[in-house]
Amino acid sequence: MTMLRPQDRAGVSPVPTMFSAPYWEGCAERELRYQVCIACGAANHTPAAVCAACDGADLQWRRSDGRGVIHSWTVVMRPVGPDFDAPYAPVIVAMSEGWFLLSAMIGCEHTELSVGVEVTVEFHPIADGRLVPYVRPVR
Amino acid sequence: MIRHPFHDVAIVGVHNTAQAKVLADHDSRSIALEAAHGAIGDAGLTPMDIDGVVGNLGNDFLYQHRIGPVWRSLSALGIPAVLEGAMAIACGLATTVLITTGEAGSYREHTATAPWTRPTNEFVAPYGMFTAAEFALMARRHMHLYGTTPESMAHVAAVIRNNGHANPQAVFSGRGPFTAADVLASRMIADPFHLLDCAMTSEGGAAIVLTNMERASDCAKAPVRILGGGTDHFGPAYQHPPVWEMGGRKRPDLIAGTVGRRAAENAFAMAGLGPSDVDVCEFYDPFSFEIIRQFEAFGFCGTGEGGDFVLSGVIEPGGRFPVTTDGGTMSFSHGGAAVQLFQRVIRGVQQLRGECLSMQVPDAHVALCTGGGSGALFTDVLLLGSELP
Repeated sequence: MTMLRPQDRAGVSPVPTMFSAPYWEGCAERELRYQVCIACGAANHTPAAVCAACDGADLQWRRSDGRGVIHSWTVVMRPVGPDFDAPYAPVIVAMSEGWFLLSAMIGCEHTELSVGVEVTVEFHPIADGRLVPYVRPVR
Repeated sequence: MIRHPFHDVAIVGVHNTAQAKVLADHDSRSIALEAAHGAIGDAGLTPMDIDGVVGNLGNDFLYQHRIGPVWRSLSALGIPAVLEGAMAIACGLATTVLITTGEAGSYREHTATAPWTRPTNEFVAPYGMFTAAEFALMARRHMHLYGTTPESMAHVAAVIRNNGHANPQAVFSGRGPFTAADVLASRMIADPFHLLDCAMTSEGGAAIVLTNMERASDCAKAPVRILGGGTDHFGPAYQHPPVWEMGGRKRPDLIAGTVGRRAAENAFAMAGLGPSDVDVCEFYDPFSFEIIRQFEAFGFCGTGEGGDFVLSGVIEPGGRFPVTTDGGTMSFSHGGAAVQLFQRVIRGVQQLRGECLSMQVPDAHVALCTGGGSGALFTDVLLLGSELP
């Protein structure tokens, strides 16, 4: 059995864009952010300029409660490159506010993954020290 | 009879170069040039007959042979390039179009997964995402929603790999036969995909020549008609979470998980045909699950029924819908980022010409060829026929 853990040697660092800078600024403060459409209330991620539900152009950043459930998952046994240690477990999380986060599971065995598992977000550094969000099962 | 501008266009030349794990004496330009010469020769034409090219390596061919000025498109990846060439001919921008591509020498150091599988995007790269993981997230969701099993996926992989086993041109020719149990026993790559559920990596070249029906009658072989086609895209691949349910804003059933449905509907409508008219399913096979998904997306079976469908004896040689008959990317060849996305079209042409030897589907008149997949948020389709319906 192998406890899933953060990939602290991951060498591919996110390069923020004009749209995503507020998201990564939030992560640096251990705060998960998403966008909300002022017109229709739809939650949005990944960061965008327009609402994916109603085309509204007024999106506002909000702080997420960091809670969600596993929507889909995989366990990677053949790492993408030498700076990743297998196993690791990319997951899609359905966040409580109604948006989807691509992240990776930590803090459980790789055999414990299942759709519907409740998770909470926490932040860990990758190789360059940048904080990225991971998720851990709520016990 | 339904008439569509595509019906005035035919594929008259195809060629796969030798495909191998490593083509030691080639680079991408040289193998694409060899592919081009093969396809032009297959059509009974010469470079001087070409007045349109598609793709960067077609552009190189154009310069090397000094056949300019000609019409050119930089569309590169598979069926969209074929459709663009067909559109150019149907619209009178060109008469005879060469599409050529090849890849050699770009992936020989295997400490990391292949370069075309590794996104650098800010939202996926920190998590070690690559193509297999993207498609695994789609497959897992289907398993959750519909009870689809690893065994049904493994059966698909075994059938396709056995097709390649029997194909003398396949990179993995003679490497089988395989059973579903062999697939399930191979090492895990990205759960639920075992090694043998996944495409290989290899090198090779592929080329296609299109012309109008008037010109096609002078070519060396029977023209293969373009009955219809379409492309379905949801946006950039490998940047956004591959959520099965994403989409549906225009029509609730058109979601990332069913990508390709609208394209297939359009292609069938152009021909006045439906899934039951298809004789050969040359489906793109990056991962075993994608075959199951495509049968559902294209309407060969109901949503969620794809797992049982592929286990019902229809996809094997001799079955009602034989699939990926040269061994596909799992066993025939992958050929790199672009080549893989043309090879289903080439095989569809070979089937409709009756050139497939022991793997020939008897009385094959309609072939559905595809490219892309749910994990990449796109699927393209091309419907080919030995004659107009």
